[in-house]
Amino acid sequence: MKKQYETVFILTPVLSEAQMKDAVQKFKGIITDGGAKIINDEDWGLKKLAYPIQHKTTGFYHLFEFEAEPSLINKLETEYRRDEKVMRFLTTVLDKHAIVYNERRRKGEFNKPKAEKEEVTS
Amino acid sequence: MTLQNEPINREQKKDKYCRFKKNGIKYIDYKDANFLLKFVNEQGKLLPRRITGTSLKYQRKVGQAVKRARHLALLPYVTDSLK
Repeated sequence: MKKQYETVFILTPVLSEAQMKDAVQKFKGIITDGGAKIINDEDWGLKKLAYPIQHKTTGFYHLFEFEAEPSLINKLETEYRRDEKVMRFLTTVLDKHAIVYNERRRKGEFNKPKAEKEEVTS
Repeated sequence: MTLQNEPINREQKKDKYCRFKKNGIKYIDYKDANFLLKFVNEQGKLLPRRITGTSLKYQRKVGQAVKRARHLALLPYVTDSLK
């Protein structure tokens, strides 16, 4: 029974552009090989971290939203742990409210001007 | 002399409401750091319900979202000047 997941991971900033690209490709491959369907793929690029991780203050953030069998998650996470380029990762399951929210976020409903501030995460 | 037991007119009881119920917000996104900043004080600690007025159900969701954001270094665990 497929569930919807969302995974965010941070790569060390010391990587070159190419290394960063193929690290992301590697994880994308793991997800797609496992028979999952990638719904959304976002690259937040280099961002400043709120606190230093492994003595680094910035990191490449990348987000995958996909629909997969629960068994794939374990494999994905061991790959994360094995790969030393990945500083930190977080995989979350999406309930129905989260799925609706993500669709609206993709449609860009939330980067309205501050007028509808309350509507930020409905 | 009658002022002694005159009730001080404290700022009238503004009834707090849960902003999530009021606006129908169902999911609190842990990736949206500047929305979560509203629920965190200057040191980066979670604000209690009696200050924010959120209901228990959504306070737990806020807590979980903030902890996930902290894990992903979107929010600091502790800081001195957050805002």
